[in-house]
Amino acid sequence: MMDKTDWKLLKEIADLEKTPQGAYNIRVNGQMDSRSTTANIDITTKTDGKSGIDIRVKPGTKKESVHIPVIIHATGFTELVYNDFFIGEDCDIDIVAGCGIHNTGCETAQHDGLHTFYIGKNSKVRYVERHYGEGEGTGERIFNPQTVVYLEEGASIQMETTQIRGVDSTKRDTKIVVGKNAEAVITEKLLTHGSQTAESDMEIILDGEGASGRVISRSVAQEESKQIFYPKMTGNNKCFGHVQCDSIIMGNAQVSSIPAIVANHVDAQLIHEAAIGRIAGDQLLKLMTLGLTEEEAEEKILDGFLQ
Amino acid sequence: MLEIKGLKYQVADESGESLGILNDVSLEIEDHKLVVITGPNGGGKTTLAKAVMGLVQPTGGSILWNGVDITEKSITERARMGISYGFQQPPRFKGLRVKDLLCLASGRENLATEEACQYLTKVGLCAHDYIDREVDASLSGGEVKRIEIATILARKSGLMIFDEPEAGIDLWSFAKLTETFQAIHARGEATLLIISHQERIINLADEIVMIEDGRVAQHGPKEEIFPLILERTSAGCTYLSQEANK
Repeated sequence: MMDKTDWKLLKEIADLEKTPQGAYNIRVNGQMDSRSTTANIDITTKTDGKSGIDIRVKPGTKKESVHIPVIIHATGFTELVYNDFFIGEDCDIDIVAGCGIHNTGCETAQHDGLHTFYIGKNSKVRYVERHYGEGEGTGERIFNPQTVVYLEEGASIQMETTQIRGVDSTKRDTKIVVGKNAEAVITEKLLTHGSQTAESDMEIILDGEGASGRVISRSVAQEESKQIFYPKMTGNNKCFGHVQCDSIIMGNAQVSSIPAIVANHVDAQLIHEAAIGRIAGDQLLKLMTLGLTEEEAEEKILDGFLQ
Repeated sequence: MLEIKGLKYQVADESGESLGILNDVSLEIEDHKLVVITGPNGGGKTTLAKAVMGLVQPTGGSILWNGVDITEKSITERARMGISYGFQQPPRFKGLRVKDLLCLASGRENLATEEACQYLTKVGLCAHDYIDREVDASLSGGEVKRIEIATILARKSGLMIFDEPEAGIDLWSFAKLTETFQAIHARGEATLLIISHQERIINLADEIVMIEDGRVAQHGPKEEIFPLILERTSAGCTYLSQEANK
């Protein structure tokens, strides 16, 4: 059964204060805590020996949601989970994933999740994933999420990934194959501090005619933390792609932003923009003239940037 | 009342020679007056205004606001004492919306959209088009400038300093802006200190301060000072008229 700490983690990662509406699967320390399915959305435990679940959404399912949060509060616990999503044609659904680790011990707690999405023709998916770590223990909190998405003709995914503080080490891999007239939009928000490290590899392959892709990555690196970004957009057809990476660097942090655009078709139109810089002095001064202290001004600027 | 006593801002240039940006500036500005500071470029107007807000730390002299010596006070403390400053070139913020800035300026997180829109309308911006926009590079210089002025209006502070509010603003918005300054002045609740070269703004003034070479060259009622300025500017440069008219 879930305790207060678990509910607090659930609030952080999935904005849940009570059992969610619609389909859900809550996983605690590697075990299923609770599950609910609907007439249109089925969730089954994998039977091929791998740990994880299959989520199947019937064609034409609209305005439904699936919550699949994962919680770890056992120090020394590590897991590798495979979750596969099969979304039928003409759907319009929200999927909320995410993992919270509460580590009070001295051993590493680690969650590695591999999510694969097969999104049918003309279906729209909004996928929200948050990672959050807490706990006074010295044990590390580690996340290594992998996301693979296949978008069929006219399908779209709007993916929002957020990791604000608390995660010692993360290596994120995202790959999206975009079909004809399909669209992928990825918004990534990241804040690291202390001696945390974060690496994000992304590959968007614009395969079909009229495919489009957009990556908006905003990050803040504080103290001694390190971040590396490798967003890559490949155009194999008439398509449009835009990669935008913005980072604020503070303290002794290090940020590498290495975007790549690859065109394999004469009508592929690809753009990348990348910027790294400290908080501008005149921004702080302006907010101080509005009555904020320097610390409050800094917080407002960072909040706005990661909003 | 704002009292500036013997204010100096003297810094050394690269060769170590002393540059006097402000040389012994003394001024008294009574409550609820509209005072325009004008004068040639590089004369020290912006440095003087920034020194009042605390954005520049003077090397000598003192500043008193309502009898309290604020010379050593921080920007934040001065802001909380009712001093506000509209930047000549305001910064942009990625992710902060116009409404967020107006909320921060008003000191109320729950500032009603209706009220926020009023401030935008007063600077000639169609409120509904702007209220949810980010104050980032997608806005033009003139738009950012007007949003900046709107934040000062939202502060409702006792001393409002505007540094060249007309710069970068189109004629129509400018007309709206002068009306707004006039209306604030008419309500008699705030002291306005405006750095400007615009005749229409100078015309609103109770008093004009002419700053030249880091000194107060003239200070007095508009009726007295304005004719002197016009006389000097229309006389032109004798060298140019002799050489160019040959």
